[in-house]
Amino acid sequence: MAIQEQRLIFKHLDEPGYSNDIDCYLRHGGYEQLKQAVTMKPEDICAEVMDSGVRGRGGAGFPAGMKWKFLDRKSGKPIYLVCNADESEPGTFKDRQIIHKDPHQLIEGMMCSAYAIQAKLAFIYIRGEFFQGYRILERAIEEAREKNLLGENILGSGYSCDIIVHRGAGAYICGEETGLIESLEGFRANPRIKPPYFPAALGLYQCPTIVNNVETLCDVKHIIEMGGKEFAKIGTPGNSGTRIWCVSGHVQKPGYYEFPCAAITLGQLIYDVCGGLKPGRKLKAVIPGGSSSKILRADERFTGKLKNGTDFDWGIEDIPMDFDSLMAVGSMSGSGGVIVMDDSTDMVEALANINYFYAHESCGQCTPCREGVPWMRKITQRMIEGNAREEDADLLNSIADQIAGRTICAFGEAASWPVQSFIAKFKDEFVEKAREQAARRKAGELAAKETTLI
Amino acid sequence: MSQNGTVENVTINIDGQDVDVPKGTNIIEAVKMVGKGKEVPHYCYHPKLSIAGNCRMCLIEMGMPMRDRETGDAVLDDDGKQKIGWMPKPVIGCATNAAPGMHIRTSSDVVVESRNAVTEFLLINHPLDCPICDQAGECRLQEFSADHGRGFSRFIEDKNVKPKRTRLGPRVVLDDERCILCSRCVRFSQEIADDDVLGFVDRGTYSTLTCYPGKELANNYSLNTVDICPVGALTSTDFRFKMRVWFLKRTHSICTESSVGANTEIWSREGKIYRITPRRNDAVNDTWMTDSGRALYKTVESDDRLTQYTIGGVHQPVDQVAAAAVDLLRGGDVAMVASAHSSVEEQFYYKTIAERCATKVSLVSHDGEGDGLLLSEDRTPNLRGALVTGLIYQLPAADLSSLARDIHSGAVKTLLVVNEDVTTLGIAPELLAKVKLIYVGTHTNETAKEADIVLPSLMVFEKDGSFINQNFRLQKFKAAIPGPSGILPDYQVLEKIAAPLADEKPAPVTLDMVWERIANQVEHIETTQTWRGIGEQGLPLEPGSLRELPFVETKNLKYDPDAWKETQAAAAASEG
Repeated sequence: MAIQEQRLIFKHLDEPGYSNDIDCYLRHGGYEQLKQAVTMKPEDICAEVMDSGVRGRGGAGFPAGMKWKFLDRKSGKPIYLVCNADESEPGTFKDRQIIHKDPHQLIEGMMCSAYAIQAKLAFIYIRGEFFQGYRILERAIEEAREKNLLGENILGSGYSCDIIVHRGAGAYICGEETGLIESLEGFRANPRIKPPYFPAALGLYQCPTIVNNVETLCDVKHIIEMGGKEFAKIGTPGNSGTRIWCVSGHVQKPGYYEFPCAAITLGQLIYDVCGGLKPGRKLKAVIPGGSSSKILRADERFTGKLKNGTDFDWGIEDIPMDFDSLMAVGSMSGSGGVIVMDDSTDMVEALANINYFYAHESCGQCTPCREGVPWMRKITQRMIEGNAREEDADLLNSIADQIAGRTICAFGEAASWPVQSFIAKFKDEFVEKAREQAARRKAGELAAKETTLI
Repeated sequence: MSQNGTVENVTINIDGQDVDVPKGTNIIEAVKMVGKGKEVPHYCYHPKLSIAGNCRMCLIEMGMPMRDRETGDAVLDDDGKQKIGWMPKPVIGCATNAAPGMHIRTSSDVVVESRNAVTEFLLINHPLDCPICDQAGECRLQEFSADHGRGFSRFIEDKNVKPKRTRLGPRVVLDDERCILCSRCVRFSQEIADDDVLGFVDRGTYSTLTCYPGKELANNYSLNTVDICPVGALTSTDFRFKMRVWFLKRTHSICTESSVGANTEIWSREGKIYRITPRRNDAVNDTWMTDSGRALYKTVESDDRLTQYTIGGVHQPVDQVAAAAVDLLRGGDVAMVASAHSSVEEQFYYKTIAERCATKVSLVSHDGEGDGLLLSEDRTPNLRGALVTGLIYQLPAADLSSLARDIHSGAVKTLLVVNEDVTTLGIAPELLAKVKLIYVGTHTNETAKEADIVLPSLMVFEKDGSFINQNFRLQKFKAAIPGPSGILPDYQVLEKIAAPLADEKPAPVTLDMVWERIANQVEHIETTQTWRGIGEQGLPLEPGSLRELPFVETKNLKYDPDAWKETQAAAAASEG
């Protein structure tokens, strides 16, 4: 490996002998930041988080300090903190590592955050399938409670807050902020309309609520440790802190790798860190931020202007891995799930796979997503089953255009972006598919190729 | 709300036109206020239910006047006007509330494209049931498809298959394929009927409306879900497959089930009623009515209808029967059992007759259990009318025991009974045989069988008239279907009786004429009031001291005795 990881959140994670119990965590200097936090003024912690510029690690990349600032503190209603541990974005597997291997880091980050926003109660909404993670968290919380690190009168500070772990029941939409809140209240996870139900004002039980990703909450611990300004020096301005990239797909060494933002390029990540592609294969495309982010084609040239005004002209390997650069090339860093595809990938099949997922996961509340996404799935399914038509590519694109931006939650975009970007960049393959099948049919062969689609 | 309790108006700009609307009005209502048939199409929004925002049909473009973020100054364009910062995406009209300076586009390319898209999505899995669907003709999806559909389908895949006839309750059947999942019925059950039985199961495009396990949609408001269903998913077992709605005539009427006086619409064709639905009146019933009130028309065609004017059981012309009644009434010692089911006009005539024969008037109360919503304790539609017209002066008793004593003692020799079976109210048939009996009513009963003179009357669906409801709101109803052949409207028959009693010649009266007299003679009604002056939404009367009577109604949707007393007390205090 040519480039060494620079771990912050995963610092101790895979060290030999590091276990997920509290004694080990305390030996490694754990809960020092919580002890420090409860002596600080809550608004000072908020200011530190603001200074750090840390952006949400769940997908949207919204500055966490700003989110906290929007919190309605005047209503007199209790404030809730919710940790979004419903890690469901295909291609993402970072939060699970934190929960399994270092749960106390999350608990410490959460308690620091809860103290900062003066939350009355904190919740961890954990994905239903993470049963082991749920048990680990339950045990870790019990350990922390015994040491008075959460619960009544934490460390004698007079501040009390407890954490409740709530298991989801296996739905992608539960990771959507307001859908998660509905689910936590015991209802179907139907996302709420905004306005008026902005969680910062009308969240859990219609009270002000902050929902943050696991990784974001862990970052808070480190912000307190090093101070907001110091934290902001990691990475580049506007892209502070480290990111955990979850690389999957056709690389030699898939896995999670933590780097400061913009410290490496996509090419370095694939070739140097992950050991490159399998022998004899060529890079075809990369989905850089979980399955909902737009796909990047390997032979594209990305040109344009960054936020700070500098022009760029990158090949896919030159793209710096941070929020703004990936945004500038028309995709997003999302949840950090980098999916690498080599030239053996059939793009129609890849899209059919993604569409299958989103059609299965649409909550069914609002029309465009409920009807449009399964329609797209039916089309791609038909295409790989041997009945592709040349006009299907345009139809798919048109359906996706009719969904994006018109739904209650961001699921509409999440489901449309893959389709829009696949068609924009690989339309030739979609059209070729139809011609190929027609030719095979003419030759008296089966039109459909054998696929490995679920 | 400003201090005096009124909502302040704000000016918003809809498609380039400035409009004043109350602050906070949602855009669907605001656009409706502009008039000229302008409408934002919608499915899930209902004015009396919470906002769900799930159909996405009411997408519009919204913009606010731009202000500089740093200084807060207005950002001006080249012409010196404030620039409008349009939202990058369309927003839903139902959840967008009017704010000062807001700009709305309801017919821009983006908006039209959005509606077309939603229409296409709703149609891809919607069955082509229109030719056999009861909703056809009053289906929002059908209407908006005509405006926003593309005319051909791009969808060549298989449609979703779902259950076609699920029984949700005794009166409601669900076709899941037609359901567009707008959740109006779910919200109605939770928010209005307070009977949370409906919900969705399964996810995404397979979402299915269903009753909770072990429950059914059986409450007395279940048919309102059929009314508010924008498509043909929920249908009434009673109306299902009976008649195409475009053949039906709509007549405004009033529900006679209780003193609530829900405004209704009667749907009839060729003299036959097919269904009754609620008509919106925000002061009376909002947009709802009871299931039991919808079934009242079923007695119209029953076999026990009175269909002939008779003397001693023999059919005679109406003038002869009326003359015989006059002769009996002139004989003196007359008592009257009036009815709170009669219209105001009829009660006015009974009052006139009672004055002219110096009769004692009794009225019987019909009370039941109220449901706190649209079924009040008083199960008559027009008790307030009897009080307002002066037919009675106090609240009625539950039976006629004092009248029975008078008959027994011989003080009463002639009895005029209106639409009551007095044999069940304390006057035994053998006692009834002691008096000459005139019966006016719609259906036969033991009393009618004993009667010497029978004057059939028309049911509320067959005549024009008015009722006064629990809140002293005067409301009129119109004839939807003709009555039994040869039967005159009650007030015309009563004119034939009342006029000779004062030695006048009966006039060919119309309701306009009756109302001239009512306006002149009834204390609680303005002297300028006319029949035509009673609007479709009714007219609140000032009942004065009548309101102090201990009415049986308890709090319901639009009636609050305690609040009334408080406002009275406050008014008295401010005067004092």
